[in-house]
Amino acid sequence: MSTITIKRPETSEPVAKLDKKALSADHPTWCPGCGDFAVLASFFKVVQNLGIPHEQICTIAGIGCSSRFPYFVNGHGVHYIHGRAIPLATGVSLSRPDLNIFVFGGDGDGFSIGGNHLEHAARKNLNLTYVIMDNFVYGLTKKQTSPTSPVGFKSKTDPWGAQDEPVNPMRKLVASGATFVARTHAAQINHMSEMFERAIKHPGFSVVEVLSECVVFFKGSFDAANPRKGGEFPLIPEKQWDESPDDWKAHDTTDLSKAIKLAEDPWPGKFGVFYEVERTTKNDNEHALIADAQAKVGNASSQEILAKRFARMR
Amino acid sequence: MVDDAVIRIAGNSQDGIQTIGGLLARLAGRTDQDVITYMTIPSTISGGPSIFQVRIGSGEILSPGDQADFLVAFYEHSFKSHIGFLREGGICLYDSDEVTPDTSDKRFTFVPVPLTSATVEAVGGTAKDRGKNMFALGLLCSVFDLDRPRLVEIISRQFGGKDESILRNALLAFDAGYAYPLGDILDLAFQLKPAVASGKNRVATDGNTAMALGLIAGGVRHGAGYPITPWSPIMEQLRVELPQYGGMFIQAEDELAAISIALGFSYSGHLAITGSAGPGLSLKMEALSWATMAEIPLIVINVQRGGPSTGLPTSVEQSDLMQAIYGSHGDCPRVVLAPKDVEDCFYIAIEAARIARKYSVPVIILSDQALSSRIEAFTEPDLAKVMVDPVLDLSPAPEDYKPYPLTGETRHAPPGTRMSGGSYPVVTGLEHDEMGHPTSNPDLHMKMTARRRNKLRRLEAELPTPEIYGDAQGEILLVGWGSTYGPIREAVSQLREKGLKLAAIHLRHLHPMAPGLEKVFDRYDHIFVIEMNDEGVYGQGQLATLLRSRFCNPKIRSICKTDGLTFKIREIISGIDDFIAVTA
Ligand SMILES: Cc1ncc(C[n+]2csc(CCOP(=O)(O)OP(=O)(O)O)c2C)c(N)n1
Ligand code: SF4
Ligand SMILES: [Mg+2]
Repeated sequence: MSTITIKRPETSEPVAKLDKKALSADHPTWCPGCGDFAVLASFFKVVQNLGIPHEQICTIAGIGCSSRFPYFVNGHGVHYIHGRAIPLATGVSLSRPDLNIFVFGGDGDGFSIGGNHLEHAARKNLNLTYVIMDNFVYGLTKKQTSPTSPVGFKSKTDPWGAQDEPVNPMRKLVASGATFVARTHAAQINHMSEMFERAIKHPGFSVVEVLSECVVFFKGSFDAANPRKGGEFPLIPEKQWDESPDDWKAHDTTDLSKAIKLAEDPWPGKFGVFYEVERTTKNDNEHALIADAQAKVGNASSQEILAKRFARMR
Repeated sequence: MVDDAVIRIAGNSQDGIQTIGGLLARLAGRTDQDVITYMTIPSTISGGPSIFQVRIGSGEILSPGDQADFLVAFYEHSFKSHIGFLREGGICLYDSDEVTPDTSDKRFTFVPVPLTSATVEAVGGTAKDRGKNMFALGLLCSVFDLDRPRLVEIISRQFGGKDESILRNALLAFDAGYAYPLGDILDLAFQLKPAVASGKNRVATDGNTAMALGLIAGGVRHGAGYPITPWSPIMEQLRVELPQYGGMFIQAEDELAAISIALGFSYSGHLAITGSAGPGLSLKMEALSWATMAEIPLIVINVQRGGPSTGLPTSVEQSDLMQAIYGSHGDCPRVVLAPKDVEDCFYIAIEAARIARKYSVPVIILSDQALSSRIEAFTEPDLAKVMVDPVLDLSPAPEDYKPYPLTGETRHAPPGTRMSGGSYPVVTGLEHDEMGHPTSNPDLHMKMTARRRNKLRRLEAELPTPEIYGDAQGEILLVGWGSTYGPIREAVSQLREKGLKLAAIHLRHLHPMAPGLEKVFDRYDHIFVIEMNDEGVYGQGQLATLLRSRFCNPKIRSICKTDGLTFKIREIISGIDDFIAVTA
């Protein structure tokens, strides 16, 4: 619920139903076979399903291969600077409750240079959806070690194999205070779409990590989680609270410590929703401040409010 | 009867010295008197020496004053550090419970008052260190024959509303101070000439507050920041004020986030503000470049302090001018303005908002520590004339929508805008064509670079040449910017009284600069640029360097200083003296 109202111009034009053609912009510049294509296709599908009005789509990204996403969506968009898409999206989200805000970016953009912003946006529970297209490598800058590169990964900055303990994205995100945390795989388009749809519907900070293969600099990275490549795609069984016989064994998505425990599963780990709770959003809090302050000043015009402030300094 | 008086109150920061100063300033504002205050606060949180200086007068007051007429010393250390600041013939009133001065010094009149014990006597035992300030204020009220009923009214407003005993004690101490028998110094002392009533309301406030209110008047409703001295009071005030206007100010996790959130607001169609001091500005630079490239309007305030690095966090300096104009990667034109006094903080914020909107550019406002904290009285603004109520325009964009036309102003379609042509815009930091599509076409990069720069040329053409203060032509022209306005004008007045032909101009627009300066420069033999920064490797301060490269005029020379204190009039005069004798 929002107390700030955005006045929309009246139009008599019928709202056209969005199809893939209307949503497509420039042809993606990604390498053939890049996992990011599937993320885009899945996004189109979900936006159509949800019937989001065209002008209310706003995609925001930093810098990276994955961060070129906004160019490929025909919707309002921002291609910002490396690592800072989340704070820019914060300003949009807080002041424009009429929009649907989607942030896209890579593992370097989100967990390295933008790591601090991710922590704080999650803690404040900003209302937006964040998709991290994790390829375990720096793609755009051509194969340096990323914060999610596994130990032993041979990159241009670690030709002998990466040495540092990688970020555990699920553990980090759950611990940060994000209120919806899910994990999926770009080769599993139905599962990915389901995760996106739930993330978008979630009120608050929702984040989805998509394992999205960089076929040029880290080929085969996610085969272990791809049944078509001989791997497994183990889903998280979610508690249904329906007293069915096996329900007690399933994952309680509102249980923080269980979500963190689940994040400790050995590679390739599990897929699905790790954590999902509802908590007051930063948007609610700011809008409540406005509502309270405006109730106090009543119908006074901005000029009258400021004049009163000056009168106190006479 | 005197025209004006400089009163310096010296004690420790917890003595409530700032409170006395603030009350005196407000009183002066209400009685049509002019006032300028000056204060130092130690950068440590509690304790430590602190002063407040008030200059009150009936004419135009431009600077806090080079010398004090009246010194109130709370402690031995206050006495020792500030007696040198008292003019010959001045009065030193000291707390005889704390200070034992050498009263054989005949240059001054010494007035012992047991401030500590007399306050305890008036208010009661618990008041030991509390209330001394109000007692001292009572004394000053009787010495300077100030408007007592009004002062009591102002005190009541300041302390009323809280715990009743606080106001009662404040007034007890004040009355005791007022009634304290001072003997014949009352005859010696100053009665200020009554000011000519302007018939207009006057207000007294500090530069940070004036700036925050100017932003509101200019129609800014959104912003984000991260705390740092001396910028924080602007963000604290906006955080509290803006929700009343339907806006918000967000405390971010760092300066990178702060400017990014602000750009998010601006992109959304709400012109926003961010700010900091020098260290924070350094962190905002990458995002500022994006704002120039994407042509998103933004206001960025830098309340300058002594640098580099953490430097002198509670002292004044003007050493961020080059950073403001050039401090980003790439050719990154943006507007830089600097207010000249507290009142101007209000008006320059309105102007910044107007420019940012009209040209879709980032606008940096360079304030400084001295301006931010000193209190001045000025005529209450006519809000009906200046108030801007922002509107979010989401009307559908036409089919021929072109955000970055090679000639003509930027036209943004904020998110939420229906695009009649069916194609939606992506705002980017990559070089782009007129439609906003990324391109690395060499010809287009040249054209777009020129386009971004030409916005500033169009702005330049509409700026007024700064007015000349003093002789229309003559020997010397002083050039200043920012908070040095007052002392420079006083220096001009003093030297003109001695028969010299000279003048001053003050630049409020630093990038672009107003047209016509070369014609002004032609009319004087010497041009001295007065600024609070270092003369650098080549002997010129930052503005002087810019003026020299702009006008190739060897007459332009620098008078710089970096002691972290505002310019004194005599420092300006002796600075000129170093080049040409003016004080023979
Ligand atoms: C301030 C800054 N530092 C560095 C870069 C260079 N840079 C661009 S993208 C990138 C890393 C991209 O990796 P990731 O975020 O994982 O995205 P991917 O390309 O893998 O999708 C880097 C280091 C930059 N653009 N800006
Ligand atoms: S370099 Fe890797 S991540 Fe980038 S587009 Fe190519 S395959 Fe995708
Ligand atoms: Mg990556």
